[in-house]
Amino acid sequence: MNKRRPYVRPMAGWWRKNPFFVEYMIHEGTALFVAAYALILLTGLVYLSRGEAAWNVWLEGLKNPWYIAFHWLTLAAMCYHTYTWFKIMPRTMPPVIVGGKRLPDFAITGSGLAVAATASLAMLGLVWGMAR
Amino acid sequence: MKKTLKRSNAPIFWALFGAGGMLSALLGPILVFITGLAVPLGMLLPADTMSYANMLTFAQNIIGKGFIFAIISLFLWHAAHRIFHSLHDVGIHAGIVAKLIFYGGAMVGTLITAYTLLAIGF
Repeated sequence: MNKRRPYVRPMAGWWRKNPFFVEYMIHEGTALFVAAYALILLTGLVYLSRGEAAWNVWLEGLKNPWYIAFHWLTLAAMCYHTYTWFKIMPRTMPPVIVGGKRLPDFAITGSGLAVAATASLAMLGLVWGMAR
Repeated sequence: MKKTLKRSNAPIFWALFGAGGMLSALLGPILVFITGLAVPLGMLLPADTMSYANMLTFAQNIIGKGFIFAIISLFLWHAAHRIFHSLHDVGIHAGIVAKLIFYGGAMVGTLITAYTLLAIGF
């Protein structure tokens, strides 16, 4: 008897056929950069625990042009993650009712991005203040 | 009927995903800029911003420790959850093994971070 061979619709490259899903795959893909960055920081932490010489090796390593290029790419991915995270937020959080009306999407996205910008500036200022 | 329904562990992973997603959305770009670009390229920030002395002081401070732990571990949990759930989209039908690899990886990263922070001392 022949083995049953049911037809399975091929799905390879399904997301490339629709711009909506291309965007979806890119914003999901930012997670690869988030993971890579976390691992870079974790490596740095381990080197820090091994003393000054080890730490300086790691710190010098960051000046490698490949690392710099990778960090530019990671920066772009992180910024895109920030943008999409708050763009999706109106759909991922419960509706906010203000004065009997549902808060419009752009207000939620806008406040999220404003908070992110403020937090980033505060962070930069804090680091600058601590290092000085 | 069973007295206690089996509770799903999904909310825990989702909460970690959400926390890491929020933290990386708020601070991810500026952290990448500071540690990956501004300091190595000598832009904007003082040259000794990430010197051994400065970073050791930061990592020995209880608030600094908490910050480093939150950033590394939550970024890992966020990424692990998101990549795990995207496997299906790229045609990999993930099962328990993939779940163990991704969440287990985030857990191992979290434990190494905690251990190293403790080893650095106070």
